[in-house]
Amino acid sequence: MAQATSPIPETALPSAGLTANPAGLSRPGALAFITPGLILIVVFLAVPAAWTLYLGVTNYALFGPQASHPSFVGLANYAQALHDPLFLSAVVVTVAYVFGSAVVGQMVLGFALAWKLRQAPAWMRQPIETLVLFAWIIPAAVVGFLWATFYGPPPQTGTLNTVLHTQVNWLYQFPIPALIVFNIWRGTAFSMLLSGAALNTLPPSYLETARLAGASGWQQLRDVVFPSIRGTLLTNLLLITLWTFNDFTPFNLTGGAIPGATTLPIYIYHEAFEFSLFGLGSAMSTIMLLINLIIALGYLWVLRRTAR
Amino acid sequence: MSTRDLARLDAGPRRAHRLVNRVLTYLFLVLVAVFFVVPVLWLLTAPFNRAPSFTVSLSQPTLQNFPDLFKNPYSASSLLNSAIYSLGSVVLVGGCAGFAAYALSRVEVPGRNLILIVLLLLSSVVTGSAAIVPLYFIAFNLHLIDTVPGVILLMSGGLLPAAIFILKDFMDGVPGSYEESARVFGANPLQILRDVVAPVVRPGLAVIAVWIFVNAWGNFLIPFVILRNPALDPASVQIFSFQTSGGQAVLRTAAAFALLYTLPAVVLYLVVQRRYGFRFYGGIKA
Repeated sequence: MAQATSPIPETALPSAGLTANPAGLSRPGALAFITPGLILIVVFLAVPAAWTLYLGVTNYALFGPQASHPSFVGLANYAQALHDPLFLSAVVVTVAYVFGSAVVGQMVLGFALAWKLRQAPAWMRQPIETLVLFAWIIPAAVVGFLWATFYGPPPQTGTLNTVLHTQVNWLYQFPIPALIVFNIWRGTAFSMLLSGAALNTLPPSYLETARLAGASGWQQLRDVVFPSIRGTLLTNLLLITLWTFNDFTPFNLTGGAIPGATTLPIYIYHEAFEFSLFGLGSAMSTIMLLINLIIALGYLWVLRRTAR
Repeated sequence: MSTRDLARLDAGPRRAHRLVNRVLTYLFLVLVAVFFVVPVLWLLTAPFNRAPSFTVSLSQPTLQNFPDLFKNPYSASSLLNSAIYSLGSVVLVGGCAGFAAYALSRVEVPGRNLILIVLLLLSSVVTGSAAIVPLYFIAFNLHLIDTVPGVILLMSGGLLPAAIFILKDFMDGVPGSYEESARVFGANPLQILRDVVAPVVRPGLAVIAVWIFVNAWGNFLIPFVILRNPALDPASVQIFSFQTSGGQAVLRTAAAFALLYTLPAVVLYLVVQRRYGFRFYGGIKA
């Protein structure tokens, strides 16, 4: 496929467009097309990822003697991180946040909405879809602000306490459930869109046949729907898991000041930028990257296995 | 008993069952709608209230909050900054992704799909907060701290892989015969991309543009970390400083500001949704 001089009549073979390179794009030409994007990705994505690994074993600082001559401290940063009860509690908070809001909340609610909205009349479907999408489109800083007021504790009583006639400081007393409910609200749209797109690829005859055979709603899901769109659902699960893991939005709700609501990204931000412990912060980031890597590999493994 | 009677006997409970099912479905959908509406209501009332609290209420209706808001010089500048960062990202990411996606769609590169998936995974991890320390160092060493290009470049790196991934899908759907005919008339690859392919994939470009815009418009962490000059702050950082400074007078303007800051993203989404439909085309698949 080096040079695009193949005289294949494309009109006869429309699908050959993918392999026969109808654009007349040469290898150097293609490289020129790809290079600008590649440079950006290397400098602002690949290098930072690699740099995190390096920083984690140094006592790097921006100013002072450690700025010009950072010394190698081996695994000291890692040891310090793993012996830090606040770091470990941030890991626990993050795992609970990810599991509750993404794996269970967004995934189940997103799919249930996509599934149920198919049967609902258009006057119900369109407004609900738009509402769910709004929660996803509104800027994170506004969303954080909205939910901070919604959960508002006395004396600045928020809507939730007003409606329930309670005086609860939700974010302090129930930090993890409060964040989970918030993030289900925030992110369900993506799972709904992706589940909806996957459900649309199902041939209607599949469900028709299942229904005629007397399958209940749940049986249809289990025997027909899930096996067919498993790949998409798993991709969705992986993406929302990683996104939620790295999500900084809880900071906009709590200002980073509530210990029980401090997720890993917030804790790393504190250590690195407020205490200037860049080495320690990077070691924590590396641990976070490793957890993400394990999640991604686990996903690939499940995908391989279920794809047979 | 005839079979018809039997069928009728059976139909009664089944119809009742279906009715219960439908009622439960509607109940579920109504509850979901309430859940998604209630937290937003504050954004619709507080900006128009002379003395807003954290509760939804329109006790003293006024429009005065909006002119008052612009007495703070950073209100207007931060919205303008947000527009610059977002449009800059749309141009940079959209341009780079368009060229790259086209080349990847038309020229065979071994392991192309694997590379794309790895990049996509990397971007969903690194764009969050895991790499914010080295990103900050790169910005520091390239003298990008406290600069407009710095914010745009740092946001763009993370947005590119997903943009390429989604755009390539749209480009794969363009039949090669179009380009073949253009080539017969002597068009070069750049002209073909501009005059033949781009118009065909316009819905894809629109979806990607909205996606980049909304992401950059809402990005908080990167400007929060690399900007120190408040005159360069985008709206996402500005609203946070409103929020943390507290007080009734601030709450009034903060609410009005939140609404103004939200509107462009929502309007842009609605326009594209009307014109092209905002959907995934079954594209993100493993």
